[in-house]
Amino acid sequence: MIKTFKKGGVHPPENKISRNAALEQLVPEGIIQIFISQHIGAPAECIVAKGDKVKVGQLIAKANGFVSANVHSSVSGTVLGIENVADYQGIKKPAICIQVEGDEWDENIDRSPEINRDLSKTSEEILAKITEAGLVGLGGATFPTHVKLSIPKGKTAKAIIINGAECEPYLTSDHRVMLEKGEELLIGVQLLKKVVNVDKAYIGIETNKQDAIDNLKKLAANYSGIEIVSLKPKYPQGGEKQLIKSITGLEVPDRALPIETGCIVSNICTTLAVYEAVQKNKPLFENSVTITGKNLNVQKNFIVRVGTPLTQLINAIGGMPENTGKVISGGPMMGRAINNLNAPTLKGSGAVLFITKEESKRGTKSNCIRCSKCVAACPIGLLPFLLYKLAERNMLEDLKENSVHACIECGCCLYTCPANLPLVDYIRLGKTRAMKLIVKQK
Amino acid sequence: MNKLIISPSPHIHGEFSTKRLMRDVIIALLPALCVSFYFFGLGAMTVVCVAVISCVVFEYLIQKFLLKTTPTVNDYSAIVTGLILAFNLPSNFPLWLVVVGSLIAIGVGKMVFGGLGNNPFNPALVGRVFLLIARPVEMTTWPLPINMITADATTGATPLAIIKEGLKNGLTIDQIKSQADYTFTYLDSLWGQIGGSLGEVSAIALLLGFAYLLVRKVITWHIPITIFLTVTVFSGTLHLVNPNQFIDPVFHLLTGGMILGAVYMATDYVTSPMTHKGMIVYGTGIGLITIAIRTFGSYPEGLSFAILFMNAMVPLINKYMKPKLFGEIK
Amino acid sequence: MDSTILTTVIMLGLLAATLAVILYIVAQKFKVVEDERIGETESILPGANCGGCGYTGCRAFAEALVKADDISAMFCPVGGNTTMTKIAEYLDKLVETKDSEIAVVRCLGSCENRPRVNEFDGAASCAVMAATYSGDTDCSYGCLGKGDCVSVCNFGAIRINSETLLPEVDEDKCTACGACVKSCPKLIIELRKKGPKSRRIYVSCINKDKGAVARKVCKTACIGCAACRKACAFESIEIENFLAYIDPNKCRLCRKCVEVCPTGSIVELNFPPRKPKVEPQEPKANVVNTETVTN
Repeated sequence: MIKTFKKGGVHPPENKISRNAALEQLVPEGIIQIFISQHIGAPAECIVAKGDKVKVGQLIAKANGFVSANVHSSVSGTVLGIENVADYQGIKKPAICIQVEGDEWDENIDRSPEINRDLSKTSEEILAKITEAGLVGLGGATFPTHVKLSIPKGKTAKAIIINGAECEPYLTSDHRVMLEKGEELLIGVQLLKKVVNVDKAYIGIETNKQDAIDNLKKLAANYSGIEIVSLKPKYPQGGEKQLIKSITGLEVPDRALPIETGCIVSNICTTLAVYEAVQKNKPLFENSVTITGKNLNVQKNFIVRVGTPLTQLINAIGGMPENTGKVISGGPMMGRAINNLNAPTLKGSGAVLFITKEESKRGTKSNCIRCSKCVAACPIGLLPFLLYKLAERNMLEDLKENSVHACIECGCCLYTCPANLPLVDYIRLGKTRAMKLIVKQK
Repeated sequence: MNKLIISPSPHIHGEFSTKRLMRDVIIALLPALCVSFYFFGLGAMTVVCVAVISCVVFEYLIQKFLLKTTPTVNDYSAIVTGLILAFNLPSNFPLWLVVVGSLIAIGVGKMVFGGLGNNPFNPALVGRVFLLIARPVEMTTWPLPINMITADATTGATPLAIIKEGLKNGLTIDQIKSQADYTFTYLDSLWGQIGGSLGEVSAIALLLGFAYLLVRKVITWHIPITIFLTVTVFSGTLHLVNPNQFIDPVFHLLTGGMILGAVYMATDYVTSPMTHKGMIVYGTGIGLITIAIRTFGSYPEGLSFAILFMNAMVPLINKYMKPKLFGEIK
Repeated sequence: MDSTILTTVIMLGLLAATLAVILYIVAQKFKVVEDERIGETESILPGANCGGCGYTGCRAFAEALVKADDISAMFCPVGGNTTMTKIAEYLDKLVETKDSEIAVVRCLGSCENRPRVNEFDGAASCAVMAATYSGDTDCSYGCLGKGDCVSVCNFGAIRINSETLLPEVDEDKCTACGACVKSCPKLIIELRKKGPKSRRIYVSCINKDKGAVARKVCKTACIGCAACRKACAFESIEIENFLAYIDPNKCRLCRKCVEVCPTGSIVELNFPPRKPKVEPQEPKANVVNTETVTN
């Protein structure tokens, strides 16, 4: 049976034009810059100094507290120092700059192509490995994985859900991983099951990736307790709450964490990283990145080292086409527009998307005609048209009353708005301000 | 230099635009328009043209010279208002009154509130009701379809009016139906061969447009279907209680612009509720009030008043009919 | 006929009497005893309801003024010292006089001085823009020009110049209520001492980058070269994070710093034109900007 969630959602054109491009390694050169904060939580603490020699996979910044993550070098070479480097959005943050010299890996990393099927490690050992490897959620939120896997006291997990929905248009990196690294992925799932002590795991995949469903179904026959669930394509199926709803039919209660439903959601790339960290001793220093766009001659799915300058990725596809209007990090629905093409990639950069000039501009905004399409599209059951007006007038108390906190910023409202009103722009702003107010009032 | 464009997400936009939605409404109205040209001839054409042109012109003039804003006539909404207003007028309606009706519709119905999106009442209905109250004689003298014109009759009453008049004179439904001037059959009404406002006569053409609107996702089923259901249930109950005093539901559905009103006027975005729950409440209200006016009131036709009344209720409905929040615990 | 009129009159009279009694009882029962001074104080206040005093409106401020024993820390920026003295007299409390202030926009990054390197296409709001990215120029500190300050100003005292795309303050209208200061996500606007004859000098830049970096992105950026600090005889200029700040309380308006600033990021307002000097060293950009800001 093909499942999906009921409330709201939109169906943007899929445009998965890079789906057939096999994963390729992209070897970095020159100077790379690794931000010491690539996750939600406290920035890591730098433990290398100018002039130090580092190897691929060497720890260069240590997690600072529980909600934080280790950062490892993605190249071998000499540390040039810590500088303030502008990120994709042009905002300056401290980063460790390393001059690339060769490609010498840390001895502990198992680089052999054999699949390690040994599942004898204990739950604590696995969690320790994940913590050490600096894993973060690679679906975009970059929340430290070891924190997510530490179940709060009094709660019990019932199932692991692997998010293979990849509901954003254009993106295909998860798809490629499911096709090419299926078995590694399933071992990663088994490891995750062990960490949180559950017997059941679901992998939810949208039916526009039928080959991935077939591949994993075939492989899953050898592993117990893994169910592949076909999902009807609909955005935002990959949202944590929506995915749990689609697969289990349970709703995450308002203002609560997903663990209330007994589900823990993990992304495809993160699960693969779990396998690599635990079975191959390989910390998180590279990630699969889709490079796509209708105006590109080649579509690519690269495995990119963290900290590689974006310019290198662009050069690898033969330069940026003249008619590019917008470059986006991530998918077109929730990704962020890039204004600094010299910025280095991050752990959580899953895609670089090029949009032509014609498609980049938003339509002219006109009066709200109260068509209620935003209300019908909202997967959370909010009133976007109302929240928009309240946020524009900065009416924080009213925003609070109208549950602005629940907004997942999926952008369905703006996507569907016939008047091109910047609904989610203002709602996002209002949400930030209202949350500050709520914290203040407490 | 090639400047990159930056905006917050999302970076793509769906297929909807105000213009496209309005254009689809116009397309959906075309079958009924053709039918009315066929039955009412040149009169229908002139009324439609005058209404549409004067609505567009008034909107442009008011925006340009009174409000001093950029005119937005290119969003087609004034054309829709003009068309729907014309659809509610008899085909022999004096043209100067059509112009006055358009002025009221656009000026009082829409622009005084700040233009498209801010008006509490459906502009076309404001125009129509104004004309109905100000010039009741012209508004209720309907020409017969061209092929029904006989030597002694060029105008006639609508079926609803005949029934109302008969009931007032103490006749039963069956007696009225057996009268000589009662030539109405359901088949005529499906096709459109009855007296009435120029756009309301053909059920089939209007339903064709309804199907188009649903397919193009311009409107949802909620409002029209709840109106139809409520009308059927309410008038059906009355009919079952006393078939001599209350006519059957099919009659109610096919006459008095029920389909035109339910599909094209009650569903006006601006003046209908924002949530599906609210739409159902709104539709039920319209259905109940319409039948109440038709059977117990003095007007033969009550849909316009019902819609206007429920328009006024919309803010209230919006306040109390909110969608269920994801994961909300009651 | 007569009796009809009589009955009607009696009935209506009775009705009126009953209602009057009810109204009187209700009015007595729900009477709110209020300090009459609140109303009086409110009438002294300008009634702009701008919130510049930190209260939700003039009424709330009046209540607070009446209630508080010590009102020296309270101030109405719109009414200024005159209003506050009047209130002090009326309430028989002490107030402190304050130098009158005005909002200044500390950015000179006009289109010419600071080229636009990308185009923002989101909601026309500085707050939205600032949450999205660093801005449409390479200077991540400068004005975004979307006019959040304009829309919050109750007095129409600030507007965006269509040529420079920077906000300009209308000296006569600005009441220093501080609404624009709060609305600016980049914290560019500052309330400063208005100065004698409205003459004032300030550093019109808040870029904290190293000089070379700042200079590269904007012709009129403060590069933290400290030339102004050396030139100042009154030690009124401090430099922190490559950015100079003139303390308005120490500044004696000698204008030496303006003359030495290599980038022209120091602005002087409302001064008479300088006497022609032997070697006119005044930077060119400064003249243009002084004029536009003075308006």
